[in-house]
Amino acid sequence: MANLVAVLATTHHPFFYRASTAPPESRPDFADEWVRKVEAYRETLTRARPEILVMVGSDHFHQLFYDNMPQFLIGKAPFYNANYYNEEREFGLPRMVLKGHEELSAYLLRAGLDAGFDFAFSNELHVDHSITCPIITTRPQADLPIVPIYTNIFAPPLPQPWRYVQLGRTLRQLIDAWPVDARVAVIGTGHLSLELGGPRQFGPHGPDPEFDRQAVEWIASGDIEGALQAVTLESLWSPGNATHGFLDFMLMMGVAGEVKADYADTLDLFHTMEAYFTWYPNGADA
Amino acid sequence: MSKYLLNKFIFAIDRDPELVERYREDPRATVAWWEKERANVILNLPESEGSSWQLLTEEEREALATHDYVALFGLGAHPFLTLTLFIALFERDYTEPLGFQLEYARKLQHWSLPYPDITT
Repeated sequence: MANLVAVLATTHHPFFYRASTAPPESRPDFADEWVRKVEAYRETLTRARPEILVMVGSDHFHQLFYDNMPQFLIGKAPFYNANYYNEEREFGLPRMVLKGHEELSAYLLRAGLDAGFDFAFSNELHVDHSITCPIITTRPQADLPIVPIYTNIFAPPLPQPWRYVQLGRTLRQLIDAWPVDARVAVIGTGHLSLELGGPRQFGPHGPDPEFDRQAVEWIASGDIEGALQAVTLESLWSPGNATHGFLDFMLMMGVAGEVKADYADTLDLFHTMEAYFTWYPNGADA
Repeated sequence: MSKYLLNKFIFAIDRDPELVERYREDPRATVAWWEKERANVILNLPESEGSSWQLLTEEEREALATHDYVALFGLGAHPFLTLTLFIALFERDYTEPLGFQLEYARKLQHWSLPYPDITT
């Protein structure tokens, strides 16, 4: 049986790559602390010795658009080209090629359909920074095969929050039941409070520090019910107009289950709060 | 209202470096060309299989032709799409880090919740 060796839920900040690789004279003053936090977080994945990464993220209107918008999609391909012209342009992100794990993709698609998730799928998916940012932060050598899973957090109407949690729980059950001897980690990224293209964007902190505090508490303590009781599709507009990215955190809470995170850290940055959580479902030395 | 087409224009320009420059230099002509030649091209289809009915409203056309991102926000264009394209268009004109992004936020200060509906 597969061994789910780690579950990681984090923010994906497209400026980390540039901030961490800038020459000293143009390095922002917050970069050193940010790099320290990211390197400590990276170690939580490294120590789990994963062999395959299931990556949960969301396309930012790169390959998926309103002409044909899936709610939940699994990539099934031997390779994934990664990052786009406009991500090079705005964030300085490098082009990448990631290996795919087609066998696990095929299994999750089939078993997911049978478990009630009518996934869309793609045999030629070009992934974006929602997948590559966590690769850059947690596995910069980008050497492990991935299974990308995309959720719609951008283009309403969105599925209800409970559905993201249910998808996370389903992924957990399916990976636990995968009859292949492999060490699997699930890494999902989303956002805490965030405003993009609105009056509250690019402030000195995230747009709603109180939401961020509450959200970190829900995630770190595994309080899925608390999050589900408080969060609705409507309520997520209030902390910031891009806060529906929190739904990917709720998905990851579903993967992790109602247990305290083994690792929790945050970093208060301009514009948004960074957050880093890791669970070891079978123990830290499994 | 044709929020879908508004978003499609922003999406189409943003992903093409030549169109970004063309739209920056001559927005009105770029919008006119795009609406005539490209608005009915469906992304995943050969051009011969396109639509025949896509049209911007006068208000939408004018907002695009005048680079009016405040109006686009009010019209319910997707804020992420608008922000991304307009950073590409105008960030270069500002010397301070985040200078354009902060001005963008200031110009939208008259908005409070609920923001315009972005559902297409």
